[in-house]
Amino acid sequence: MQYALLIYTKPGTYDSLSPAEREALSLEYYALRDEPGMLGGAALQPVTTATTIRLADGRPLVTDGPFADTKEIFGGYYVYEADNLDQATEMAARIPALRLGGTIEVRPIMGKAS
Amino acid sequence: MAEESVAEAFAVAARRWPSEGMPTSPAAWLVTTARHRAIDRLRRDRVLADKLRLLAATTPEVAEAPVDDNEIPDERLELIFTCCHPALAPEAQVALTLRAVAGLSTEEIASSFLVSAETMKRRLTRAKTKIRDAAIPFSVPAGDRLPERLAVVLAVIYLIFNQGYSAPGQAGHLAAEALRLGRVLAALLPGQPEPRALLALMLMHDARRRARLAGADGQDLVLLADQDRALWDWQQIGEAREIIDPITSSRGPYLIQAAIASLQLAEPIDWRQVAALYAELAELTGSPVVRLNGAVAIAEADGPAAALEIVDALDLAGYPYWHSTRAELLRRLGRREEARTAYHDALARAGTEPERRFLRRRIAEC
Repeated sequence: MQYALLIYTKPGTYDSLSPAEREALSLEYYALRDEPGMLGGAALQPVTTATTIRLADGRPLVTDGPFADTKEIFGGYYVYEADNLDQATEMAARIPALRLGGTIEVRPIMGKAS
Repeated sequence: MAEESVAEAFAVAARRWPSEGMPTSPAAWLVTTARHRAIDRLRRDRVLADKLRLLAATTPEVAEAPVDDNEIPDERLELIFTCCHPALAPEAQVALTLRAVAGLSTEEIASSFLVSAETMKRRLTRAKTKIRDAAIPFSVPAGDRLPERLAVVLAVIYLIFNQGYSAPGQAGHLAAEALRLGRVLAALLPGQPEPRALLALMLMHDARRRARLAGADGQDLVLLADQDRALWDWQQIGEAREIIDPITSSRGPYLIQAAIASLQLAEPIDWRQVAALYAELAELTGSPVVRLNGAVAIAEADGPAAALEIVDALDLAGYPYWHSTRAELLRRLGRREEARTAYHDALARAGTEPERRFLRRRIAEC
Protein backbone atom coordinates (compact mmCIF):
# COMPACT_ATOMS: atom_id res chain seq x y z
CA MET A 1 0.00 0.00 0.00
CA GLN A 2 1.27 3.45 -0.94
CA TYR A 3 0.89 6.41 1.38
CA ALA A 4 1.38 10.11 0.79
CA LEU A 5 3.14 11.71 3.73
CA LEU A 6 2.01 15.32 3.40
CA ILE A 7 4.25 17.82 5.13
CA TYR A 8 2.75 20.95 6.66
CA THR A 9 5.12 23.52 8.15
CA LYS A 10 4.71 26.56 10.31
CA PRO A 11 5.36 29.78 8.42
CA GLY A 12 8.71 31.38 9.18
CA THR A 13 10.32 28.41 10.88
CA TYR A 14 12.59 27.65 7.94
CA ASP A 15 13.55 31.32 7.50
CA SER A 16 14.62 31.58 11.11
CA LEU A 17 17.26 28.88 10.67
CA SER A 18 20.92 29.63 10.04
CA PRO A 19 22.40 28.63 6.65
CA ALA A 20 24.21 25.74 8.34
CA GLU A 21 20.99 24.54 9.97
CA ARG A 22 19.15 24.74 6.66
CA GLU A 23 21.88 22.73 5.01
CA ALA A 24 21.65 20.04 7.73
CA LEU A 25 17.88 19.97 7.38
CA SER A 26 18.05 19.49 3.62
CA LEU A 27 20.48 16.61 4.09
CA GLU A 28 18.03 14.99 6.49
CA TYR A 29 15.24 15.25 3.94
CA TYR A 30 17.48 13.77 1.23
CA ALA A 31 18.47 10.93 3.54
CA LEU A 32 14.83 10.07 4.20
CA ARG A 33 14.24 10.09 0.46
CA ASP A 34 16.79 7.27 0.18
CA GLU A 35 15.13 5.05 2.78
CA PRO A 36 13.78 1.70 1.57
CA GLY A 37 10.13 2.06 0.59
CA MET A 38 10.41 5.72 -0.38
CA LEU A 39 9.07 5.98 -3.91
CA GLY A 40 9.22 9.70 -4.48
CA GLY A 41 8.39 13.09 -3.21
CA ALA A 42 8.95 16.77 -3.66
CA ALA A 43 9.68 19.88 -1.67
CA LEU A 44 7.77 22.96 -2.72
CA GLN A 45 9.08 26.49 -3.10
CA PRO A 46 7.93 28.97 -0.44
CA VAL A 47 4.25 29.85 -0.34
CA THR A 48 5.12 33.39 -1.52
CA THR A 49 5.56 31.82 -4.97
CA ALA A 50 2.07 30.31 -4.97
CA THR A 51 -0.54 31.20 -7.57
CA THR A 52 -4.17 30.17 -7.29
CA ILE A 53 -6.60 29.44 -10.13
CA ARG A 54 -10.36 29.38 -9.74
CA LEU A 55 -13.21 29.44 -12.20
CA ALA A 56 -15.04 32.75 -12.22
CA ASP A 57 -18.05 32.80 -14.50
CA GLY A 58 -16.66 29.76 -16.23
CA ARG A 59 -13.29 31.38 -16.94
CA PRO A 60 -10.03 30.68 -15.12
CA LEU A 61 -9.25 33.45 -12.63
CA VAL A 62 -5.57 33.62 -11.72
CA THR A 63 -4.62 35.30 -8.43
CA ASP A 64 -1.57 35.64 -6.23
CA GLY A 65 -1.20 33.56 -3.08
CA PRO A 66 -2.13 30.15 -1.69
CA PHE A 67 -5.60 28.66 -1.91
CA ALA A 68 -6.35 29.37 1.74
CA ASP A 69 -4.74 31.35 4.53
CA THR A 70 -4.01 28.63 7.03
CA LYS A 71 -1.78 28.46 10.04
CA GLU A 72 0.26 25.72 8.45
CA ILE A 73 1.59 25.63 4.92
CA PHE A 74 1.80 22.61 2.68
CA GLY A 75 5.52 22.32 2.04
CA GLY A 76 6.05 19.00 0.31
CA TYR A 77 5.43 15.29 0.43
CA TYR A 78 6.88 11.83 0.25
CA VAL A 79 5.34 8.76 -1.36
CA TYR A 80 6.02 5.76 0.83
CA GLU A 81 5.33 2.10 0.30
CA ALA A 82 4.35 0.29 3.52
CA ASP A 83 2.51 -2.83 4.64
CA ASN A 84 0.18 -0.92 6.88
CA LEU A 85 -0.68 2.40 8.53
CA ASP A 86 1.57 1.79 11.54
CA GLN A 87 4.63 1.50 9.30
CA ALA A 88 3.60 4.64 7.46
CA THR A 89 3.11 6.66 10.65
CA GLU A 90 6.43 5.39 11.95
CA MET A 91 8.16 6.79 8.87
CA ALA A 92 6.11 9.99 9.07
CA ALA A 93 7.27 10.50 12.66
CA ARG A 94 10.86 10.79 11.37
CA ILE A 95 10.17 13.79 9.13
CA PRO A 96 12.14 16.79 10.48
CA ALA A 97 9.24 19.24 10.00
CA LEU A 98 7.69 17.79 13.15
CA ARG A 99 10.56 19.06 15.28
CA LEU A 100 9.94 22.56 13.91
CA GLY A 101 6.30 22.59 14.96
CA GLY A 102 4.97 21.14 11.70
CA THR A 103 2.42 18.39 11.11
CA ILE A 104 2.38 15.35 8.84
CA GLU A 105 -0.84 14.09 7.29
CA VAL A 106 -0.74 10.45 6.19
CA ARG A 107 -3.11 9.56 3.35
CA PRO A 108 -3.33 6.27 1.51
CA ILE A 109 -2.92 6.71 -2.22
CA MET A 110 -5.72 5.39 -4.36
CA GLY A 111 -4.62 2.22 -6.08
CA LYS A 112 -5.74 0.69 -9.33
CA ALA A 113 -6.90 -2.40 -7.47
CA SER A 114 -7.27 -1.70 -3.79
CA MET B 1 -23.63 14.41 56.34
CA ALA B 2 -23.46 17.19 53.78
CA GLU B 3 -19.78 17.50 54.58
CA GLU B 4 -18.98 14.46 52.52
CA SER B 5 -20.32 15.50 49.16
CA VAL B 6 -16.86 16.68 48.22
CA ALA B 7 -15.73 13.12 48.51
CA GLU B 8 -18.32 11.97 46.04
CA ALA B 9 -17.48 14.76 43.61
CA PHE B 10 -13.92 13.64 43.94
CA ALA B 11 -14.77 10.02 43.36
CA VAL B 12 -16.79 10.92 40.29
CA ALA B 13 -14.06 13.13 38.91
CA ALA B 14 -11.51 10.39 39.50
CA ARG B 15 -13.55 8.00 37.44
CA ARG B 16 -14.00 10.52 34.69
CA TRP B 17 -10.38 11.43 34.34
CA PRO B 18 -9.22 9.05 31.59
CA SER B 19 -12.18 9.95 29.45
CA GLU B 20 -11.16 13.59 29.40
CA GLY B 21 -11.07 14.74 25.83
CA MET B 22 -13.65 12.25 24.69
CA PRO B 23 -16.21 14.27 22.81
CA THR B 24 -19.34 12.35 23.72
CA SER B 25 -21.48 13.86 26.44
CA PRO B 26 -22.32 11.55 29.33
CA ALA B 27 -26.02 12.06 28.62
CA ALA B 28 -25.51 10.55 25.21
CA TRP B 29 -24.66 7.23 26.76
CA LEU B 30 -27.93 6.28 28.34
CA VAL B 31 -28.87 2.79 27.43
CA THR B 32 -32.37 1.51 27.21
CA THR B 33 -31.76 -2.15 27.53
CA ALA B 34 -29.74 -3.97 30.11
CA ARG B 35 -28.67 -7.36 28.95
CA HIS B 36 -25.86 -9.63 29.78
CA ARG B 37 -23.29 -10.38 27.18
CA ALA B 38 -20.41 -12.72 27.30
CA ILE B 39 -17.26 -11.70 25.56
CA ASP B 40 -16.85 -15.36 24.70
CA ARG B 41 -19.70 -14.88 22.28
CA LEU B 42 -16.98 -13.65 19.99
CA ARG B 43 -15.78 -17.20 19.79
CA ARG B 44 -19.17 -18.38 18.60
CA ASP B 45 -20.10 -15.40 16.51
CA ARG B 46 -16.86 -14.69 14.74
CA VAL B 47 -18.39 -13.15 11.67
CA LEU B 48 -17.55 -9.54 12.39
CA ALA B 49 -14.22 -10.42 13.94
CA ASP B 50 -13.26 -12.30 10.81
CA LYS B 51 -14.45 -9.46 8.64
CA LEU B 52 -12.37 -6.96 10.56
CA ARG B 53 -9.35 -9.21 10.33
CA LEU B 54 -9.79 -9.43 6.59
CA LEU B 55 -10.40 -5.69 6.30
CA ALA B 56 -7.35 -4.87 8.33
CA ALA B 57 -3.86 -5.13 6.96
CA THR B 58 -2.71 -8.45 8.29
CA THR B 59 0.92 -9.13 8.89
CA PRO B 60 2.35 -11.51 6.29
CA GLU B 61 2.95 -14.21 8.93
CA VAL B 62 -0.70 -14.19 9.89
CA ALA B 63 -1.90 -14.09 6.31
CA GLU B 64 0.19 -17.10 5.38
CA ALA B 65 -0.54 -19.14 8.47
CA PRO B 66 -2.21 -22.44 7.58
CA VAL B 67 -5.84 -22.60 8.64
CA ASP B 68 -6.51 -25.40 11.06
CA ASP B 69 -10.18 -25.87 11.81
CA ASN B 70 -9.42 -27.58 15.11
CA GLU B 71 -7.35 -24.73 16.38
CA ILE B 72 -8.98 -21.36 16.03
CA PRO B 73 -6.30 -18.85 16.96
CA ASP B 74 -7.15 -16.50 19.79
CA GLU B 75 -7.18 -13.18 17.99
CA ARG B 76 -9.08 -11.19 20.58
CA LEU B 77 -6.04 -9.12 21.47
CA GLU B 78 -5.39 -8.21 17.83
CA LEU B 79 -9.07 -7.37 17.51
CA ILE B 80 -9.04 -5.11 20.56
CA PHE B 81 -5.98 -3.23 19.35
CA THR B 82 -7.48 -2.80 15.89
CA CYS B 83 -10.75 -1.45 17.30
CA CYS B 84 -8.85 0.91 19.61
CA HIS B 85 -6.38 2.12 17.00
CA PRO B 86 -5.56 5.80 17.58
CA ALA B 87 -6.14 6.51 13.88
CA LEU B 88 -9.87 5.94 14.55
CA ALA B 89 -11.99 8.60 16.21
CA PRO B 90 -12.58 7.98 19.93
CA GLU B 91 -16.32 7.45 19.48
CA ALA B 92 -15.57 4.97 16.69
CA GLN B 93 -13.10 3.11 18.93
CA VAL B 94 -15.78 2.74 21.58
CA ALA B 95 -18.48 1.69 19.10
CA LEU B 96 -16.24 -0.81 17.32
CA THR B 97 -15.06 -2.34 20.59
CA LEU B 98 -18.63 -2.78 21.79
CA ARG B 99 -19.67 -4.20 18.44
CA ALA B 100 -16.75 -6.45 17.54
CA VAL B 101 -15.28 -7.42 20.90
CA ALA B 102 -18.24 -7.30 23.26
CA GLY B 103 -20.68 -8.49 20.61
CA LEU B 104 -23.37 -5.86 21.15
CA SER B 105 -25.72 -5.19 18.27
CA THR B 106 -25.55 -1.96 16.30
CA GLU B 107 -29.02 -1.07 17.63
CA GLU B 108 -27.93 -1.53 21.23
CA ILE B 109 -24.84 0.62 20.77
CA ALA B 110 -26.92 3.25 19.00
CA SER B 111 -29.29 3.46 21.94
CA SER B 112 -26.28 3.74 24.26
CA PHE B 113 -25.10 6.77 22.31
CA LEU B 114 -28.64 8.14 22.00
CA VAL B 115 -28.20 8.21 18.24
CA SER B 116 -30.28 6.51 15.59
CA ALA B 117 -29.35 3.01 14.48
CA GLU B 118 -28.74 4.51 11.05
CA THR B 119 -26.20 6.99 12.42
CA MET B 120 -24.42 4.29 14.40
CA LYS B 121 -24.35 2.06 11.36
CA ARG B 122 -22.73 4.84 9.36
CA ARG B 123 -20.22 5.46 12.15
CA LEU B 124 -19.26 1.79 12.24
CA THR B 125 -19.14 1.56 8.45
CA ARG B 126 -16.91 4.63 8.23
CA ALA B 127 -14.54 3.12 10.79
CA LYS B 128 -14.43 -0.22 8.99
CA THR B 129 -13.81 1.55 5.68
CA LYS B 130 -10.89 3.41 7.19
CA ILE B 131 -9.47 0.17 8.61
CA ARG B 132 -9.56 -1.25 5.10
CA ASP B 133 -8.51 1.75 3.00
CA ALA B 134 -5.79 3.10 5.29
CA ALA B 135 -4.60 -0.46 6.06
CA ILE B 136 -4.83 -0.25 9.83
CA PRO B 137 -3.02 -3.42 10.92
CA PHE B 138 -4.69 -6.34 12.65
CA SER B 139 -1.90 -6.91 15.10
CA VAL B 140 -0.68 -6.36 18.62
CA PRO B 141 1.71 -3.39 18.57
CA ALA B 142 5.41 -4.10 19.02
CA GLY B 143 7.03 -3.66 22.41
CA ASP B 144 8.12 -0.05 22.16
CA ARG B 145 4.71 1.03 20.86
CA LEU B 146 2.70 -1.11 23.23
CA PRO B 147 2.49 1.32 26.19
CA GLU B 148 0.97 4.20 24.18
CA ARG B 149 -1.40 1.87 22.30
CA LEU B 150 -2.39 0.06 25.47
CA ALA B 151 -3.23 3.43 27.02
CA VAL B 152 -5.87 3.94 24.30
CA VAL B 153 -7.36 0.47 24.89
CA LEU B 154 -7.51 1.05 28.65
CA ALA B 155 -9.13 4.46 28.14
CA VAL B 156 -11.80 2.96 25.87
CA ILE B 157 -12.64 0.22 28.39
CA TYR B 158 -12.71 2.69 31.27
CA LEU B 159 -14.92 5.05 29.28
CA ILE B 160 -17.39 2.23 28.65
CA PHE B 161 -17.33 1.42 32.36
CA ASN B 162 -17.86 5.03 33.42
CA GLN B 163 -20.84 5.50 31.17
CA GLY B 164 -22.43 2.37 32.60
CA TYR B 165 -21.52 3.46 36.10
CA SER B 166 -22.73 7.04 35.93
CA ALA B 167 -26.12 6.07 34.50
CA PRO B 168 -26.97 2.77 36.19
CA GLY B 169 -30.29 1.26 35.30
CA GLN B 170 -30.23 2.48 31.74
CA ALA B 171 -26.57 1.77 31.07
CA GLY B 172 -25.71 -0.65 33.86
CA HIS B 173 -24.89 -3.37 31.41
CA LEU B 174 -22.09 -1.26 29.94
CA ALA B 175 -20.27 -1.47 33.29
CA ALA B 176 -20.59 -5.25 33.19
CA GLU B 177 -19.37 -5.22 29.59
CA ALA B 178 -16.34 -3.14 30.60
CA LEU B 179 -15.56 -5.52 33.48
CA ARG B 180 -15.64 -8.43 31.07
CA LEU B 181 -13.40 -6.61 28.61
CA GLY B 182 -11.08 -5.75 31.48
CA ARG B 183 -10.86 -9.38 32.57
CA VAL B 184 -10.10 -10.52 29.04
CA LEU B 185 -7.43 -7.86 28.53
CA ALA B 186 -5.78 -8.63 31.87
CA ALA B 187 -5.75 -12.34 31.02
CA LEU B 188 -4.38 -11.79 27.52
CA LEU B 189 -1.60 -9.44 28.68
CA PRO B 190 -0.40 -11.13 31.86
CA GLY B 191 2.93 -9.34 31.76
CA GLN B 192 1.35 -5.87 31.86
CA PRO B 193 0.39 -4.42 35.26
CA GLU B 194 -1.89 -1.65 34.00
CA PRO B 195 -4.71 -3.85 32.59
CA ARG B 196 -4.85 -5.65 35.94
CA ALA B 197 -4.85 -2.34 37.77
CA LEU B 198 -7.72 -1.07 35.60
CA LEU B 199 -9.67 -4.24 36.32
CA ALA B 200 -9.12 -3.79 40.06
CA LEU B 201 -10.12 -0.13 39.84
CA MET B 202 -13.38 -1.00 38.05
CA LEU B 203 -14.11 -3.85 40.46
CA MET B 204 -13.77 -1.51 43.43
CA HIS B 205 -16.04 1.17 41.97
CA ASP B 206 -18.52 -1.47 40.85
CA ALA B 207 -18.50 -3.00 44.34
CA ARG B 208 -20.22 0.18 45.60
CA ARG B 209 -22.83 0.12 42.85
CA ARG B 210 -25.79 -0.92 45.01
CA ALA B 211 -24.94 1.59 47.73
CA ARG B 212 -24.42 4.76 45.75
CA LEU B 213 -27.97 5.36 44.58
CA ALA B 214 -31.13 5.35 46.68
CA GLY B 215 -34.67 6.73 46.69
CA ALA B 216 -37.93 5.44 45.32
CA ASP B 217 -36.67 5.56 41.72
CA GLY B 218 -33.03 4.85 42.55
CA GLN B 219 -31.89 8.22 41.29
CA ASP B 220 -30.75 9.83 44.54
CA LEU B 221 -27.00 10.06 44.84
CA VAL B 222 -25.65 8.72 48.14
CA LEU B 223 -22.29 10.18 49.07
CA LEU B 224 -19.39 7.90 49.79
CA ALA B 225 -19.40 8.55 53.54
CA ASP B 226 -23.17 8.00 53.76
CA GLN B 227 -23.21 4.75 51.86
CA ASP B 228 -24.33 1.58 53.64
CA ARG B 229 -21.12 -0.41 53.72
CA ALA B 230 -23.12 -3.60 54.15
CA LEU B 231 -24.33 -3.07 50.58
CA TRP B 232 -20.79 -3.02 49.26
CA ASP B 233 -19.63 -6.18 47.54
CA TRP B 234 -16.78 -7.13 49.87
CA GLN B 235 -15.93 -10.25 47.93
CA GLN B 236 -15.35 -8.13 44.85
CA ILE B 237 -13.32 -5.63 46.86
CA GLY B 238 -11.22 -8.51 48.13
CA GLU B 239 -10.67 -9.73 44.59
CA ALA B 240 -9.59 -6.24 43.50
CA ARG B 241 -7.13 -5.90 46.39
CA GLU B 242 -5.67 -9.31 45.62
CA ILE B 243 -5.08 -8.15 42.07
CA ILE B 244 -3.25 -4.94 42.94
CA ASP B 245 -1.38 -6.00 46.07
CA PRO B 246 1.29 -8.03 44.27
CA ILE B 247 1.94 -5.35 41.64
CA THR B 248 5.25 -3.76 42.48
CA SER B 249 6.85 -3.52 39.06
CA SER B 250 5.43 -0.15 38.08
CA ARG B 251 3.20 2.63 39.27
CA GLY B 252 1.17 3.52 36.22
CA PRO B 253 -1.89 5.80 36.27
CA TYR B 254 -4.39 2.98 36.75
CA LEU B 255 -2.45 1.38 39.59
CA ILE B 256 -2.32 4.72 41.39
CA GLN B 257 -6.05 5.22 40.83
CA ALA B 258 -6.75 1.69 42.07
CA ALA B 259 -4.66 2.41 45.18
CA ILE B 260 -6.71 5.58 45.75
CA ALA B 261 -9.98 3.66 45.29
CA SER B 262 -8.77 1.06 47.77
CA LEU B 263 -7.95 3.74 50.36
CA GLN B 264 -11.41 5.24 49.88
CA LEU B 265 -12.98 1.94 50.91
CA ALA B 266 -11.14 2.01 54.22
CA GLU B 267 -12.53 3.49 57.42
CA PRO B 268 -11.39 6.02 58.34
CA ILE B 269 -10.01 7.25 55.02
CA ASP B 270 -6.36 8.29 55.12
CA TRP B 271 -6.81 11.53 53.19
CA ARG B 272 -3.19 12.56 53.53
CA GLN B 273 -2.18 9.33 51.79
CA VAL B 274 -4.86 9.91 49.14
CA ALA B 275 -3.54 13.44 48.56
CA ALA B 276 0.00 12.08 48.19
CA LEU B 277 -1.17 9.54 45.58
CA TYR B 278 -2.99 12.26 43.69
CA ALA B 279 0.16 14.37 43.71
CA GLU B 280 2.00 11.40 42.19
CA LEU B 281 -0.75 10.91 39.61
CA ALA B 282 -0.77 14.62 38.72
CA GLU B 283 2.99 14.50 38.26
CA LEU B 284 2.58 11.52 35.94
CA THR B 285 -0.31 12.82 33.84
CA GLY B 286 -0.14 16.61 34.10
CA SER B 287 -3.94 16.55 34.18
CA PRO B 288 -5.72 19.48 35.87
CA VAL B 289 -8.62 17.12 36.64
CA VAL B 290 -6.26 15.04 38.74
CA ARG B 291 -5.14 18.20 40.54
CA LEU B 292 -8.79 18.97 41.22
CA ASN B 293 -9.23 15.56 42.83
CA GLY B 294 -6.04 16.06 44.80
CA ALA B 295 -7.44 19.34 46.09
CA VAL B 296 -10.47 17.50 47.45
CA ALA B 297 -8.23 15.16 49.40
CA ILE B 298 -6.34 18.19 50.69
CA ALA B 299 -9.65 19.70 51.79
CA GLU B 300 -10.23 16.62 53.93
CA ALA B 301 -6.69 16.59 55.30
CA ASP B 302 -5.95 20.32 55.70
CA GLY B 303 -9.32 22.06 55.45
CA PRO B 304 -11.31 23.76 52.68
CA ALA B 305 -9.32 27.02 52.52
CA ALA B 306 -6.12 25.33 51.36
CA ALA B 307 -8.11 23.31 48.83
CA LEU B 308 -10.00 26.29 47.43
CA GLU B 309 -6.74 28.07 46.71
CA ILE B 310 -5.64 25.14 44.54
CA VAL B 311 -9.03 24.75 42.85
CA ASP B 312 -9.30 28.44 41.97
CA ALA B 313 -5.94 28.28 40.20
CA LEU B 314 -7.12 25.51 37.85
CA ASP B 315 -8.34 26.34 34.36
CA LEU B 316 -11.33 23.97 34.33
CA ALA B 317 -14.36 26.24 33.95
CA GLY B 318 -15.82 23.89 31.33
CA TYR B 319 -15.71 20.93 33.69
CA PRO B 320 -18.84 20.35 35.80
CA TYR B 321 -16.98 18.84 38.77
CA TRP B 322 -14.77 21.92 39.03
CA HIS B 323 -17.89 23.96 39.76
CA SER B 324 -19.39 21.41 42.16
CA THR B 325 -16.10 21.02 44.02
CA ARG B 326 -15.71 24.81 44.32
CA ALA B 327 -19.30 25.02 45.51
CA GLU B 328 -18.71 22.45 48.24
CA LEU B 329 -15.57 24.18 49.44
CA LEU B 330 -17.27 27.60 49.47
CA ARG B 331 -20.19 26.14 51.40
CA ARG B 332 -17.87 24.64 53.96
CA LEU B 333 -16.18 28.03 54.32
CA GLY B 334 -19.61 29.60 54.97
CA ARG B 335 -19.52 31.64 51.75
CA ARG B 336 -23.11 30.76 50.92
CA GLU B 337 -23.84 33.23 48.12
CA GLU B 338 -20.75 32.23 46.16
CA ALA B 339 -21.49 28.57 46.86
CA ARG B 340 -24.99 28.93 45.48
CA THR B 341 -23.71 30.53 42.27
CA ALA B 342 -21.17 27.74 41.85
CA TYR B 343 -23.84 25.06 42.43
CA HIS B 344 -25.91 26.67 39.68
CA ASP B 345 -22.90 26.62 37.36
CA ALA B 346 -22.42 22.93 38.14
CA LEU B 347 -26.12 22.19 37.62
CA ALA B 348 -26.03 23.76 34.16
CA ARG B 349 -23.29 21.31 33.19
CA ALA B 350 -24.36 18.17 35.08
CA GLY B 351 -24.59 15.07 32.91
CA THR B 352 -26.92 12.73 34.79
CA GLU B 353 -30.21 12.95 36.67
CA PRO B 354 -28.79 11.83 40.04
CA GLU B 355 -26.16 14.55 39.81
CA ARG B 356 -28.74 17.21 38.90
CA ARG B 357 -30.97 16.11 41.75
CA PHE B 358 -28.11 16.25 44.21
CA LEU B 359 -27.12 19.75 43.11
CA ARG B 360 -30.71 21.00 43.36
CA ARG B 361 -30.85 19.71 46.93
CA ARG B 362 -27.67 21.60 47.71
CA ILE B 363 -29.00 24.81 46.16
CA ALA B 364 -32.14 24.54 48.26
CA GLU B 365 -29.99 24.25 51.39
CA CYS B 366 -27.86 27.29 50.59
